[in-house]
Amino acid sequence: MGFGFLHRHRGSTAYLLLAPGMLFLVVFFLVPLGFLAYQSLESGSIDFGYAFTWAWDNYSSAITGYGTQFKRSFAYAGIATAIALLVSYPVAYWIAFRGGRWKNLLLLCIVAPFFVTYLIRTLAWQTILSDDGLIVRTLTDMHILSPGGRLLATGTAVVAGITYNFLPFMALPLYVSLEQIDQTLIEAAEDLYASKWTAFFRVTFPLSLPGVVAGTLLTFIPAAGDFINAQLLGSTTNHMIGNVINSKYNELIDYPAAAAMSFILMAIILALVLIYARAVGSEKLTG
Amino acid sequence: MDESVVTAPPSAASPSAENGSGPEYDIRLIGLTKRFDDVVAVDNLSLDIDRGHFFALLGPSGCGKTTTLRMIGGFEEPTEGRIELGGVDVAPLPAYKRDVNTVFQSYALFPHLSIFENVAFGLRRRRVKGGEVRRRVVEALELVGLAGLERRKPRQLSGGQQQRIALARALVNRPRVLLLDEPLGALDLKLRKEMQLELKRIQSEVGITFVHVTHDQEEAMTMADQIVIMNGGHIEQSGTPTELYESPRTAFVAGFLGVSNLLEGTMVGEDRVKLSDGTEVQCPREALGGRTGTVQIGVRPEKLRLGAGEANSLSGTVAESAYIGVSTQYTLDTPAGPVTVYVQNDRPGGQVATGERLTLSWSPESTFVVDSQEGLQ
Ligand SMILES: Nc1ncnc2c1ncn2[C@@H]1O[C@H](COP(=O)(O)OP(=O)(O)OP(=O)(O)O)[C@@H](O)[C@H]1O
Ligand SMILES: [Mg+2]
Repeated sequence: MGFGFLHRHRGSTAYLLLAPGMLFLVVFFLVPLGFLAYQSLESGSIDFGYAFTWAWDNYSSAITGYGTQFKRSFAYAGIATAIALLVSYPVAYWIAFRGGRWKNLLLLCIVAPFFVTYLIRTLAWQTILSDDGLIVRTLTDMHILSPGGRLLATGTAVVAGITYNFLPFMALPLYVSLEQIDQTLIEAAEDLYASKWTAFFRVTFPLSLPGVVAGTLLTFIPAAGDFINAQLLGSTTNHMIGNVINSKYNELIDYPAAAAMSFILMAIILALVLIYARAVGSEKLTG
Repeated sequence: MDESVVTAPPSAASPSAENGSGPEYDIRLIGLTKRFDDVVAVDNLSLDIDRGHFFALLGPSGCGKTTTLRMIGGFEEPTEGRIELGGVDVAPLPAYKRDVNTVFQSYALFPHLSIFENVAFGLRRRRVKGGEVRRRVVEALELVGLAGLERRKPRQLSGGQQQRIALARALVNRPRVLLLDEPLGALDLKLRKEMQLELKRIQSEVGITFVHVTHDQEEAMTMADQIVIMNGGHIEQSGTPTELYESPRTAFVAGFLGVSNLLEGTMVGEDRVKLSDGTEVQCPREALGGRTGTVQIGVRPEKLRLGAGEANSLSGTVAESAYIGVSTQYTLDTPAGPVTVYVQNDRPGGQVATGERLTLSWSPESTFVVDSQEGLQ
């Protein structure tokens, strides 16, 4: 960590080149972050105003009061990330290795839903999963769903929505890392007595790990803080921490509580990412 | 129990070959053909490769060398024909069940594995026990002179070292046949020369059949004890380097292996050919092989002598000369066609000027006869 990499460049050119980016980071990230930290330790109410009082109980009450939503956020995000990985990997694999001249078109198909606004896409799912929609009717007819059962306003719908909305963030990094794999490496593995499956698990998959890590992080992190899917496709029993922060901030105007929760969310995500990076091993990621 | 692992890697591809006398060929290609859409990459190729030989597959770019090797390795399916390894048809076997290993031109070392694990890859797939793996990997690394680099990653090695690791990774499995597709192509000239000798040493040490693909005739001559010259998907000629060089059977082979002088003529006796200018030359009877009508004879530049000392002679004027240091190369215009000759620079001031007349002669034994039409016979 730190700015050790700066030492590689002697002279001022590197600093000059870095300046705009650094300035941007300071103005649009560090300053708001500091402000948020300050706010999270305030106490008071919207009517009488807030004052800085080192109010650490904002944190403790966030955890005691909304532990369920925190846990649910990470569970939903985790499941959605796992499903997105399982769904995207074969797709990315197929496009990278078998796509031929259709590669670009197929990639376009993956990002195509992104041409429609996030909100509209999720609202569309509301219609698709609605009680009198095609899916619910079909599942009821097939006796998979009991009569009167519903999809909308369930955890399943929220997870499905998150998975769908973040799928491209998973698929594209996977595609990039798979596409870079030299095909002769797979031939070499087969030459050395590895069956297709063994070659996949011993060579292809390990070499695609950078894509797996990038994809899971790009999916998991925003998914854990998401509230649109839970709001539009779930009920209050499916609310995630994002919904709580949103309502604290926008509806209850309880800035300190919202700020404290944001910090807790950030801290947990950071911790999970570090554990994850450790587990996968940075050695493997750099090849 | 342990013994069997050491001496003969058991595999589906080499069943009963070990007992009894066994077949004398390691590889047999029978009428092998590969078509890619409308391109015929390999055209009805038949070839026997003896056990324990250093075999070179030599030919110009695009003649089908890689395709042939890939079919033997199991990476490409033949359109027609059979491939036998040790007497067994391997058509139904996928690459990973064939008792051959390949050294790829790009080395194809696994970038995420250490050198040790790279070399151990094949052994692990065959479930060789841990201690045995360790012993054999170290042994293979010693063979290629790179013991001690086990813990490095491929990217921490130079190109030449990676090349040796690729070799060790293949050899450690003790395959029936080792396939090498231009393994030295990416090395600089000096390193390439070193590796040629090194490969030859290693081959004679391990005694495994090597099939070495190259388009470099000098490399093939240096290393191989059997050479097959391919052209346009078929075999032009096969034999030892000396046979191919001394008695090329086609104009293509004569031109591909070094420089040669080819002259048109007609048969005038069992061992005599009359050149287009009327000069009669003597040729070995067996080289002419009872031919009649028009023939093409050849002689290597270094077999030509200055002066009329030998049985066959030609005269002409010097059209071009090139000083190469140890010798000078002259191109003579003779009535029978252009002739190239190397003259040793053993005397100071011995140069011959352009336009001067020279007489050259050579012995009948140095004369070879080629089929003028490519692909004949
Ligand atoms: N996958 C393929 N699809 C179509 N044509 C191919 C394919 N592989 C090879 N060819 C064609 O087959 C012919 C033989 O190719 P091959 O790679 O065997 O040549 P080579 O002798 O190895 O040449 P080089 O010395 O350049 O490596 C070439 O004309 C090539 O264009
Ligand atoms: Mg080739």
